This record gives sequence, C-alpha cells and structure tokens, in this order.
Amino acid sequence: MELAARYAEAETAINRKKLLAFGVPGLILLYFIYIFFAFDVPGLIDRARPENAQILLRDTWSYKTHVTRDNRNGEMSYAVEGERKGAYPEGERPEWVRSAGDATVVDLGRGRVATFLPGNAVELVIPGARTIEARLDGRRVVTNLSEPYPDYVSASNTRLQVTLPGARLTFTRSRTETFRYFGGWELFFFTLDSPYHGHGLGSILFGEQIDPARSNIAGAWHDFWQNPMWMHSAVAWAMFETVLMAFLGTFGAALISLPIAFMAAKNFAPLAAVRFAFRRVFDFLRGVDGLIWTIVLSRAFGPGPLTGSLAILLTDTGSFGKMFSEALENVDKKQIDGVASTGAARLHRYRFGVIPQVAPVLLSQVLYYLESNTRSATIIGAITGGGIGLLLTQAMITQKDWEEVTYYIVLVVLMVMAMDSLSGWLRRRLIKGD
Amino acid sequence: MADISQHGPDGLDATRAHYYALVQKRRLYGGITLAIFVLLLVSGFMLADERNAGGFWSGLPHIFDFPADVVADTIPRLHLLPEHLLNYLPSLLETINIAAVSTLLGAVAAMVFSLLATRGLARWPRAIPLFRRAMDVMRAVPEIVIALMLIFVLGGGPVPAMIAIAFHTAGALGKLFSEVAENADLKPVEGLSSVGATWTQRMWLGVIPQVAPNWLSYGLLRFEINIRASAILGFVGAGGIGYELKNAMSWGQGKFDEAAAIFILLFLTIVLFDQLSSYARHKLAGPGAH
Repeated sequence: MELAARYAEAETAINRKKLLAFGVPGLILLYFIYIFFAFDVPGLIDRARPENAQILLRDTWSYKTHVTRDNRNGEMSYAVEGERKGAYPEGERPEWVRSAGDATVVDLGRGRVATFLPGNAVELVIPGARTIEARLDGRRVVTNLSEPYPDYVSASNTRLQVTLPGARLTFTRSRTETFRYFGGWELFFFTLDSPYHGHGLGSILFGEQIDPARSNIAGAWHDFWQNPMWMHSAVAWAMFETVLMAFLGTFGAALISLPIAFMAAKNFAPLAAVRFAFRRVFDFLRGVDGLIWTIVLSRAFGPGPLTGSLAILLTDTGSFGKMFSEALENVDKKQIDGVASTGAARLHRYRFGVIPQVAPVLLSQVLYYLESNTRSATIIGAITGGGIGLLLTQAMITQKDWEEVTYYIVLVVLMVMAMDSLSGWLRRRLIKGD
Repeated sequence: MADISQHGPDGLDATRAHYYALVQKRRLYGGITLAIFVLLLVSGFMLADERNAGGFWSGLPHIFDFPADVVADTIPRLHLLPEHLLNYLPSLLETINIAAVSTLLGAVAAMVFSLLATRGLARWPRAIPLFRRAMDVMRAVPEIVIALMLIFVLGGGPVPAMIAIAFHTAGALGKLFSEVAENADLKPVEGLSSVGATWTQRMWLGVIPQVAPNWLSYGLLRFEINIRASAILGFVGAGGIGYELKNAMSWGQGKFDEAAAIFILLFLTIVLFDQLSSYARHKLAGPGAH
C-alpha cells in the first residue's frame, strides 16, 4: 500500500519535472515567435542596407584619397578623405597622380587609369571593359555609353558615376572627382602639412633636425598631439573626463550613502518610520534611473562631465544605500558588544565594531560599480555631451568617419578593461591585505 | 603572553613602544591615503565643474526648474494624463520586450560561454583563456556602440537595441555564471562521464541543475539592469519608451505633459521590476543573495 503511494508520488514528481523541462523552453519559444513578429523582423530584413555594412567594414580598416577638379575653373585638389584637414599642401600631390601635357593622369590601381582631359572631359580605362569617355556639353553630361549600362555605371544627363572595387569616379557639371582606397588609418600620426609626415620614429628621434624652428621631439609631439584629423589631445581629455565621471559618481555616492544606510538598517534605526522613509528615498533615487536624472540635471547644469557625474551619483546613492543597509543588517552583534564593553561611545562602536565587519563587502561592491560606471559614463556622456561617449556619437552620426569610430571603440574597450583590472586588483589588495 | 614575560618589565615597555609606533605609522598611512583620496575627489569635482557648460553653484538653484516646468505643464491637463499613459503603453511594452529578449538570448550565450570558460568543466581546457578574453571584450563594449552601428546598417527600431544589449549581457552574465559554476560539485559530472555521457549531457544533467538557482538570480538582476539600458538606448534612436521620451522632450516647454506621462511609466516600471526581481531573488537564494 505504502509502496503504491510512493510510486504515485514519484510519478507525479517526475511528471512535474517533465512538464517543466518541456514547458519552459516551449514558453520561451512561443515568446520568441511573438517577438519575431512584434519587432517586425521580416520587415527589417527588407529595410536593412547591406551596402552600409560594407561601407562600415571597409572604412574601419581603410581610407580613401580624393582627386578633385573643379569644372568651373579647372583647379585640381588632392585630399585624404576629401577633407580640408587632410588636404595635400600646395604644389604636392600623391605619387599615383601625374601630368601628361595638359591632362592629369590618375592611376586607380589594378590597371585602371582615369585621365582628366582639358575642356572638362574625362576618360576612364578599365582593363577588359570598354573605355568610358565623358565630357561636359554646355550644361549636360555626355558619355560614350549607351543603355543598358553595366551594373557599375550609373549615368544621367547631369551625372556619371562609375563604382569600381576600391575606387570610384564621379563626373558632374561642377566637378570631376575620383578616389582610391588604401589600407590603414590615414594620417594617424601627422597630417600632410606637418613637416614630420613621412618620417619614421628613428629619424625623428635620432635623425637631423627636420623643422628648423623646433627641436624634433617637441615639434613631433606637438604635431602628433594636435593632429587636426584625429585630435589625440581632445580624445585623451575625453577619456579622462569619462573616467572622472565614473570616479566622482561612484565614490561620491559611496560617501553619501554610507551614513544614510545606517538610518535604513533594521538594527541601527529603531524607528520603523525613519527606516521606511529612507528606504523609499533609496528606491526613488534608483527608480528614477540615470536617464531621467541626466535629463533633469542637464537642464540645470548644462552639458558636461559634472552633469554626468551627478547623474551617476544620484542613481548609485540609491543602489549603494540599499546594498549597504542590507550589509549592515547582517553584521555580527558580538563585535559591537565587545567594543561597547570597553566603554566606547556610539561613534567608536560604529567605527571599530561595525565598519571593519562591513568594509570588505562594501568596498568590493563600490569597486565593482566603479568598473560598471565607466561604461555607464560613456553612455551618459553620449546623452549629456561629455567625454568619449560624445566623440563616439558625433563620429557615428557623420556616418563616414568609421575609422575614427573604430579607434574610439578600441579605446573605450581598453579603458573599461583597464578599469576592470584596476578594480579587481584593488579589491584583492585591499580586502585580503587588510 | 609568555613572550612578554620573558623580556621582563623593560621588554614590556619596549614592546609597547614598538606597538604604539606601529599603530602611529598605520594611522599616518591611513590618514595620508584618506587625504589623497579626498583631495582627488575635491579636485576632480572642481575640474568637472570647470569643464561643464554651466557651473554647479550657479545651476544648483535651478535644479528643480525642469521638474517644476513638467508639473506646471501637467496640472492644467491632468484629465489627459490617463490617455497619455495608455498611449505610451505599447512603447513601454516594447522597451520591456527588448530587455526580456536580450536577457534571454544573452543568458543562453552566457551559459555556453561560461561552461566553456570554467576550469574543470570546459570542453576544450586549452581554449579557456580564449573564451575568458572574449567575454571580457563583450562585457567592455558599451551597448550604445553596437546599437548605433546596427542602426546605421539595419535602420532604427528595437532589433539593434536587442542585439546590442544581448551582446553585452552575454559577457556580463558569462563571467558571473562562470564564477558560480566553478563552485559546482564535480561528483555528478564524474558519475555521468563514467556511464559514457557526452559533454553536453554532462553539463545539462550534471552542472545546470546545481547552478540553476544562482544563475536564475543573476539573470533576474540582469533583466532589471537591461530595462534601464533599453530605455536609454531608445533615447539614441533604438525604439521603445526612450525614443518617445526624446520626441516628447523636443516639443519644448508648455508641452511637457506627455513627457510627464513617460516619466511616470518609466519610474513605475523600474520600481516594479526592481521589487519583483529582488523578491524573487530572495526566494531563490535566501537572504544575503546578490
């Protein structure tokens, strides 16, 4: 009889487990199906622009150099990324551009050659394909091509564009422009107008003086640090600001919430009403969340690192207050009694009876938050306008400086990992070494 | 005690003097560390104040200006508030959905990563450092970076935010999961391998049941964090309530009543899930859990 009951009991237990083992994954699967349609994933696949992904991937590791002719006055200009900051100084040009009589011949690599002919005409030789010729006839763009065009050509009365792997030619009424891709990050150390461009580290350190006005090391450092394309000094400042936001926010919150946490702990605040009030304050600070704090504070203080650090400080005062008061509730009463038995005053009881017990726990939580707040500071910086987060979003919004975006991402990842190791190292040292 | 008596009265004095000197030194070092720390904090604060657009002391009196504006705009149109709240419910649901899906996906990836990166459990022990580094990098990438890049490729909407948060979650949970799995009892695993179970079976039947409560507790904590993250990502264009908040803010003064509705919804949601997850975590792992 008893055996039968046990069998039945085991059976129901197993059935329940079976239901759980299949029911939970089933529910999750159903939820995913719902999300698939709620997030309109099929529509997303239609809307996705894979060509953007291509641009993004290519720009992260390569750069392009533009050769442009103003068709109104025939003036030629050469610039990295087509930006003024990357322009070649007057009278200089890339070595893959040469003159042939009145024409300018641009070698686009892989045997492709574009020739800027006088009289606002252009010729593009592509190996294994028909040579493309175009000229400006009055206000119209006239080409030697006829429909249907090859898929790398788009042409109309006002515009001709030929897109080739690693190069492109655009011909419009106002200008003739071609660019060619090269691997690497352009002008990372020196821009073209710096006398140190093209010199290696060895020749700067040990070679003869390059710029007569400045010593090599000082001049090279200045030109590198103030590089207008990459703005190394501004980036370093922005990184520092981000770390500063995390540091001020985290430790400021820890200092503020430690005394208040006593008022929210069961064993230190005998009055239930006080405890309740402080706990709700902590819940409120945490519940409003960094996003809303950032918005509210930036209205009062304007954008900048102070706003970011105060937003982190307010949110984390809520988190720390809750965690600290929970830690305080778990302290051992004996140690406090021991200190009290020596006739210690209340402040001494806390200092020598309570703090040594909770310090390792609190410190490790604070240090953990320091690391996580470095990441938050990047995000808050993007909203409130400070630190590396701002540079990152600015570079992303232009949608063309992906090499700078990559650079910033690498820096952010290294920064967060460095803070991670620092906080881990401090945790081990302070907690074990104490 | 025995040590002191051997030295006689003079020895005791010497010991005491030595002890006091040590205490003094310790206090001095502690004091210096504290002073440096306070100095850093104060000078950091002053530096941040200097580099901010508006100063701290000049802005402090205006700190309640914006909340006051919001309240002032809301009160005359209080009768519209329930309608606004209802209007923004779908986008709130989207924010919560983003958080839920990304937590689920991230947790699944974290399960695999953490088991592969735990000593004693890993499928390929030589690849442990590789998986650990991978998790470190995933953890270090802020969500906003991936979200903005995906928005460029996929266009705005919830999916970029979902992928971005899931990526970060996989790294963050992976580390915590791995710390839990390190303490798992290996006996069931050995028992299973003695009957010829594959690695997947050993993990699924031998390890997961042991670590499930702790993992679930960490997962719930992450869910709560991810709700905040998905609201923030909305603010930079990834859909959900954050996006609506940005729009409502841009309408400017006099029309902050819709922003007020969003503030209320966001606040209530965060508090609700905060309380729910802390209740559930206490149930799962008892008091003192993370």
